[in-house]
Amino acid sequence: MSHLRVELRQRAEELVALYPRPRSAMLPLLHLAQEQDGYVSVEGIAEVAELTGTTPADVRGTAAFYDMLHLEPVGKYVVGICTNIACLLAGGLELLDHASSTLGCSVGSTSDNGLFTLEETECLADCNFAPCVQVNHRFVRTTTPETFDGLVGELREGRRDHDIPVHGTLLRVRRSGGLHASKSEIATEREEAKAARAKREGEKK
Amino acid sequence: MATLEAPRIVTARTGYDDSFTLARFLATGGYEGLRKALTMFPEDVALEVDEASLLGRGGAGFPAGRKWSMLRKSPVSYLVVNGDESEPATFKDHLLLERDPHQIIEGIIISAYALQVSQVFFYVRGEFALGLERVQQAVNDAYEHGALGSKIFGSDFSLDIVVHPGAGAYICGDETALLESLEGKRGFPRIKPPFFPAVSGLYGEPTVVNNVETMSNIPWIVLNGGEAFAALGAGRSTGTRLFALAGRVKNPGVFEVEMVKNTFRDLIYDPKLGGGLLDGHTIKAFVPGGVSAPWFGPELLDTPLGQDEVGEKGSMLGSGSVIVFDETTCVVRAAWRITKFFARESCGECTPCREGSGWIERVMYRMEHGGGRVEDLELLLDLCDNIAPGLGWPPQQTTICPLGPSIPSSVTRAISMFRSEFISHVQKGGCPFD
Repeated sequence: MSHLRVELRQRAEELVALYPRPRSAMLPLLHLAQEQDGYVSVEGIAEVAELTGTTPADVRGTAAFYDMLHLEPVGKYVVGICTNIACLLAGGLELLDHASSTLGCSVGSTSDNGLFTLEETECLADCNFAPCVQVNHRFVRTTTPETFDGLVGELREGRRDHDIPVHGTLLRVRRSGGLHASKSEIATEREEAKAARAKREGEKK
Repeated sequence: MATLEAPRIVTARTGYDDSFTLARFLATGGYEGLRKALTMFPEDVALEVDEASLLGRGGAGFPAGRKWSMLRKSPVSYLVVNGDESEPATFKDHLLLERDPHQIIEGIIISAYALQVSQVFFYVRGEFALGLERVQQAVNDAYEHGALGSKIFGSDFSLDIVVHPGAGAYICGDETALLESLEGKRGFPRIKPPFFPAVSGLYGEPTVVNNVETMSNIPWIVLNGGEAFAALGAGRSTGTRLFALAGRVKNPGVFEVEMVKNTFRDLIYDPKLGGGLLDGHTIKAFVPGGVSAPWFGPELLDTPLGQDEVGEKGSMLGSGSVIVFDETTCVVRAAWRITKFFARESCGECTPCREGSGWIERVMYRMEHGGGRVEDLELLLDLCDNIAPGLGWPPQQTTICPLGPSIPSSVTRAISMFRSEFISHVQKGGCPFD
């Protein structure tokens, strides 16, 4: 019995098929597991291990390396505030402090109602809107304490559900299309191109 | 005054609201470069890029054509595109990914054709959720349009692009760490030699890794010729380049300007570019090329925006990120935060970096927060010397990847340029800017 629900399991199998070696699908699969559970659960790890031909220890060890993958449950909204250099110069540390009191949780923890997790992030590469804020990895471009509180109000009332999916959902665009040719056809194509090139080079000489 | 006559090569389209759509792309010359490339021999496409002398736009500035020519003699297995932009205050690739994904994809397809590769992996930073969605949509549209897949535009060339999301790790911007990550492992940089993925890359096979902005330049080069590209800029720095300007300026943003013909002063002060510092403020120092680069003082504002020009002055153009400090900026706090970043992002593989980054961060923290001592200055320099012996530029390498030797840049420059500010932190028992 698969832990991933049917639709996600199917996407997972499609992902594995995209790579020459199944282990390469590790990060995309961990994102999928996180999309279903909101974090990377023990059951999710077991299924990713099965899909990639690795062990749960391997999967957990890999997941632990990456900041976006949460091995413990987090809030519905993960609020990330950057305090790196460009944001530091624009009041990022002060905004982080303010966010902590508005959300009612310290940096790195989750609010009692389970709605918010607050994170101090490294540079999110949106420095012309410093200090930079992301909710579930969507840029919200709210830079003052006042606009931040407005955003939190909207999130509490569910008024941002249209543009900010729950935590874990990374890609809402599915891959369509693909290379509908067999490996041998491609190999033949390459061989022919190579032979043609060798011939051209021979002629040049 | 800045010299702004050069064509906009990679940002021609970004002003349109719908710049990321296939319709807008096709209406503005999209996929014309690819159509032209497919009528050429692959080696001639590569020759154009070689003639353009396009330096890689990721940070190291290695000539893209030379990277490719290492592989011309042996078949290449994979092209991997690095969209894992994470150097603090660098946000140019982010712009290209969200605003013109088709241009990147066109560049990728042309490059894959030149290299005769049939499989591309496009690694995009995980935090760029919108960028990932736009890139995936653009790839889907390209398949639909016949620009990707079997027999592209009726030619004998076929290609697949897989969009691969990262999951949050600065170190994966290093090409060998990126390859490890793409193999589904922790992002530990690989031991050198071999120095280039061209020798041993993805799954140990010959691989080319190119940056997003590098790819975005390719369609223009093919359409207009390598010579036209090389006519822009000067010396080794040809073409235009994206500069991400951040910090205490009026108009922070990404600007495409011709290389070498403009200076840091132009970038920061020209009304069409940075617009000068925030009202009433004066420049104190600036970072010329990402936080790994040693800082410059205002006396170096007239340095041209060129790879060698900045290198000669003891720093680097790096990732094209310029960060401006003014008189309200506490350099101790700035250097502390930059070091905190490195300490957090050190992968832990090499001892000087793993231990050194945290140690320096703790000393810088206590300096900024009231616990500093005068002898901490010597301690800091000694720690830095252990990571990059001699404290010269470019730094000596004691670690597998360049992250470690990048750590001392900000701390050593902060001390050499603003020693008295450290002393006043010690004397006041806290930050004089608070």
